[in-house]
Amino acid sequence: MATGKLIFEDVALAVNVPAGTRIIEISEKIGAGITYGCREGECGTCLTHVVEGGENLSDPSALEQRVLKENLAGRNDRLACQCQVLGGTVRVRPG
Amino acid sequence: MPDPSPPAFAPAPDPGSVSKHGLGRGLEPGAVPVTDRVTWIGALDPDLRTFDVILKTANGTTYNAYAVRGSDGVAVIDTVKAPFVDAFFARLEQVARYDELRVLVLNHLEPDHTGAVVELLRRAPHLKLHVSPRGLQVLRALLKDRFDQYDIRGVTTGDSVSLGDLTLRFFTTPYVHWPDTQCCFLQEQDLLFTCDLLGCHFCDGRLFNDAVGDFRFSFEYYFDHIMRPFRRYVAQALDLIEPLSPKVIAPGHGPILRAHPDAYIRHYRRLVSSRLARETGSEKTLLVFYVSAYGATEQMAQAVAQGASENPAVRVSLFDLQGGEVLPFVDLIEEADGLVFGTPTINGDAVRTVWDLLSSLVDIETKGKLGAAFGSYGWSGEAVAMVEARLQGLKMRVPVSGMRVKLHPGADDLDSCRAFGRDLADHLAGGPAPREIDMTQLLTR
Repeated sequence: MATGKLIFEDVALAVNVPAGTRIIEISEKIGAGITYGCREGECGTCLTHVVEGGENLSDPSALEQRVLKENLAGRNDRLACQCQVLGGTVRVRPG
Repeated sequence: MPDPSPPAFAPAPDPGSVSKHGLGRGLEPGAVPVTDRVTWIGALDPDLRTFDVILKTANGTTYNAYAVRGSDGVAVIDTVKAPFVDAFFARLEQVARYDELRVLVLNHLEPDHTGAVVELLRRAPHLKLHVSPRGLQVLRALLKDRFDQYDIRGVTTGDSVSLGDLTLRFFTTPYVHWPDTQCCFLQEQDLLFTCDLLGCHFCDGRLFNDAVGDFRFSFEYYFDHIMRPFRRYVAQALDLIEPLSPKVIAPGHGPILRAHPDAYIRHYRRLVSSRLARETGSEKTLLVFYVSAYGATEQMAQAVAQGASENPAVRVSLFDLQGGEVLPFVDLIEEADGLVFGTPTINGDAVRTVWDLLSSLVDIETKGKLGAAFGSYGWSGEAVAMVEARLQGLKMRVPVSGMRVKLHPGADDLDSCRAFGRDLADHLAGGPAPREIDMTQLLTR
């Protein structure tokens, strides 16, 4: 099974995850400071800064792209409830 | 905090100004000129006693909306709460025909400012709407299927719209107090529309700060409950608007600030600054709070504090919650870097004293602080996980799993508590060794 490494900077923890795992599936369980609102990709509360490895995340859907734009997100920001780790290493911190 | 310069902050009423408009509290004025181009077309709500569940309003509030007349059409700035739309339309119709309206600016889309939007767009569907980009999602929910029928523009700092000889410039000022909030500046008249920023719940038909009664309490009370949780963003907003040196500040609630508007901005500067001076230099601060029924959780608290104190980069304080009051603790927590709560489990829950403090933290910003929980229990010990969930709900990071001890802690348990404290201090000081785990290890959490 393909795996990736998801590193949460604010709690100094790396989690080895199967490809396809969303950040939301991990971050709350380990107490990372990424917070969630609607959990459906609409509110933008879970805006997360991708410090490294953005290319190892799934492409944003049309909905995520719109929410990122409306929330004035930076080029390396993603929604933690939406994006999936595809492999490699991804390093994130709360947006 | 008392204002050291009350005369500047709340100038004495100008009787001439009051009589000029012939307005008194409780009377329903018509549309009221603010300048030769700007007219107040809002509504008075003197009977409101509680706003948004959380705020007392001893003499009600106002929902301020404005009409701006340029040489090339009229702009409407914000609207009113739904029960007051008739008053809004009556005042709007006193100053403009619907076919003269060109622009609708919604600086904030909370319902108390958007109650008339749907009807206004029915009457004037040609209006060009201007909202912040974050406001679009709320506008979409407000207009539903009709959203795509209208001319809607998301605007940010640097954008503007012309009314011929007048220009409205937009300033993105998020989180004062919703993500969507913005200000707009009527350039040629040095008049700034701020919606909730620099507003307050105070109802006085004389409308202007140099005419109404003493509203200082309402101004600060409003800040404390609406703006304080976002004080970092308020400071950023002030950075944007202060250089404009507005001659008039026209908020969405309460008096229009035409006398000494700069004094109100300065007062906000004071309000956003720390309540308690930081005296720990570069040290991180960790507050350990506890409640103890039989002394067991207290023993744990002392050990946690002891362990954390071994880190020279962390200043630790220990508090028995039953010996203090909530509000001073809230001030302390606002300035702290980390919080640890010790609570026994009683009736399957954390104790009320802990919940009272945790529920009060909604008034301050806690995002990004370090949080943790521990406690002794007799049977099931749910309290620790409940407190951890609340801390995460407060947008805190909770990197170290809570500590639970059944009944009184033994020597090994207290060693574990000290290690728990050391671990927290390491996280606060920014130097814990990075750990690596597999996702399967999380299945039991």
